[in-house]
Amino acid sequence: MSIRIYISRDSGALCVGAEDLVTAFRKVAEKRGLDLEIVRTGSRGMYWLEPLVEVARPEGRIGYGPVKPSDVEELIAAGMLDGKAHRLSLGLVEDIPFFKNQTRLTFKNCGIVDPRSLEDYKAHGGYKGLAKAIEIGPEATVEDVVNSGLRGRGGAGFPTGIKWRTVAATPPQQKYIVCNADEGDSGTFADRMIMEGDPFVLIEGMTIAGIAVGANYGYVYIRSEYPDAVEAMEIAIAEARAGGMLGKRIAGSKYDYDMEVRVGAGAYVCGEETSLLESLEGKRGEVRAKPPLPAHVGLFGKPTVINNVLSLASVPIIMSDGAEFYKNFGMGRSRGTMPIQLAGNIKHGGLYETAFGITLGALVDDIGGGTRTGRKVRAVQVGGPLGAYFPRELFETPFDYEAFTAADGLIGHGGIVVFDDSVDMAKQARFAMEFCAIESCGKCTPCRIGSTRGVELVDKIVAGEDREANLVVLEDLCHTMKLGSLCALGGFTPYPVMSALTHFPEDFGAKKKRLEAAE
Amino acid sequence: MPRYEPWNAERAGEIIARHQHEEGAALPILHELQAVFGCVPEAAIPLMAEALNLSRAELHGTVTFYHDFRKEPPGRRVLKLCRAESCQAMGSDALAARAESKLGVEMGGTNTDRSVTLEAVYCLGLCHSSPAAMLDKHVFGMLDEAKLDRLIDEAQR
Repeated sequence: MSIRIYISRDSGALCVGAEDLVTAFRKVAEKRGLDLEIVRTGSRGMYWLEPLVEVARPEGRIGYGPVKPSDVEELIAAGMLDGKAHRLSLGLVEDIPFFKNQTRLTFKNCGIVDPRSLEDYKAHGGYKGLAKAIEIGPEATVEDVVNSGLRGRGGAGFPTGIKWRTVAATPPQQKYIVCNADEGDSGTFADRMIMEGDPFVLIEGMTIAGIAVGANYGYVYIRSEYPDAVEAMEIAIAEARAGGMLGKRIAGSKYDYDMEVRVGAGAYVCGEETSLLESLEGKRGEVRAKPPLPAHVGLFGKPTVINNVLSLASVPIIMSDGAEFYKNFGMGRSRGTMPIQLAGNIKHGGLYETAFGITLGALVDDIGGGTRTGRKVRAVQVGGPLGAYFPRELFETPFDYEAFTAADGLIGHGGIVVFDDSVDMAKQARFAMEFCAIESCGKCTPCRIGSTRGVELVDKIVAGEDREANLVVLEDLCHTMKLGSLCALGGFTPYPVMSALTHFPEDFGAKKKRLEAAE
Repeated sequence: MPRYEPWNAERAGEIIARHQHEEGAALPILHELQAVFGCVPEAAIPLMAEALNLSRAELHGTVTFYHDFRKEPPGRRVLKLCRAESCQAMGSDALAARAESKLGVEMGGTNTDRSVTLEAVYCLGLCHSSPAAMLDKHVFGMLDEAKLDRLIDEAQR
């Protein structure tokens, strides 16, 4: 009987040598005459343990990691294939606290299934959501998604079901489903993990969306920086089509739905939904003014549902397990779970899916284990390049859309980037403006010009040139960008800038306001 | 290792013809042109404009909007270093400076023997294992000076 081991082909595992490890296992197996089956899965999201090797045992999957190719001989000699102890042994993977304490709904199959196998996806409960949608029909499907309380996981947090309802209400015509997989925020990788580790869940989610709103075609717009995700999605789409789950009369129903991958070209702003639609149409990725909403006038002028990967990938479980089930997780108006990504200078970098409400401090200190460099945490940026920097004083903030807004921040796509005490916050503020200047689409003035003026202002402030006066100008500029920009690029760049200035004024050579208040 | 073909109008025409009837064909065509020729050759623009019924100016605007599309083919290999916040938190600025000095180029430049083009990239989605880099289509994480040096050596080989 063959022995089965699992090694991820997620790029987070590949980037630390998973491919060489597979080769090493094959060589040793051949040398020892072992009948070894290596299944390539996605990642569990515990990246500090990658490359992680899991051995299938009657009691569950036993993990070893991080494993180097040079460890393989020794591991096998020590009885790894029988799940025996070793210095790299992690015990049952499902019992590792980081994994065990999560609530995995969207990511329930990620790291477990073979992302290239439709059969494996089905064997793990895949396509039950679609079956339900087909059974109850478009209207009830839309209402289920509305009732689940699911909000756009891309950043804006707009209720997904409301978008669907708007598109469903338009007269029958060509409509589109567009998946925004232009995951450009630093500190985020959840979309990439889904596409590489459980692509069928995204295909299923998009198919359900298609049925719900009466759209028969979809596009996944993936950034060009993700070649592995592009490949994984293309393979899965071909598999799904071959298995009758895409194309005409999907799964034997009366519905038609098909889809394809489109690849971006390195423009960050194309993560903004209207800019993404322009790009899909083959144009410059310039932001459109809203209204009209994409739900009315979207791709090629047709009604379009445009949702983030995580929003669409959460739909199958909402359909299969019910809106009530999903809604029971979370707090306030933030329902369900959020796949949170721990990144930057962090000991336990990875994906942590949990119900809304957990505090920032618990995520950074307890779950993340503090910094990888071992120094003190000084600042964390939440929500990507457009998200605010939080000092330790705000670590009690619960992970919730409204709580973060109240703290002058945003949860965005759920990425948390940790910085230790060597960080220069004025430099980070300058970078935020610089990044906006590089990536601005150029359509609106506050973003196009304001970002360049912002870089200059930070430079002047740091150099001590008319500091007090320039601080006032910077604040005013941020106010103009926030209220006067067409989209979140110019509109949210003030978040990192102002939060750095508010919480870390000493880095700008300014007086420390917090201390003054205390005195 | 990418090997690029010299400009060939007929070859470009085939690529354009294969995609021209797709919805929003411009980006798929530009990507394929770049995969074949290493860049989007200036001479391809009039051909595309004709096939897609667009003005050359419109297409020029599209091509220049996107960071990915090149005017000239890159070196034999392309090394992209992530410069975004997560990698900054793990010292990517110092690694970038090291790469520039080892290769004798600035970001965006190609070294003298044209073996490597060095580029900045804003996030590879490997922020759990910062600092990260990509050599052609292969990803590398948890970089330090020694790993970066090995990567640069491999790229120049």
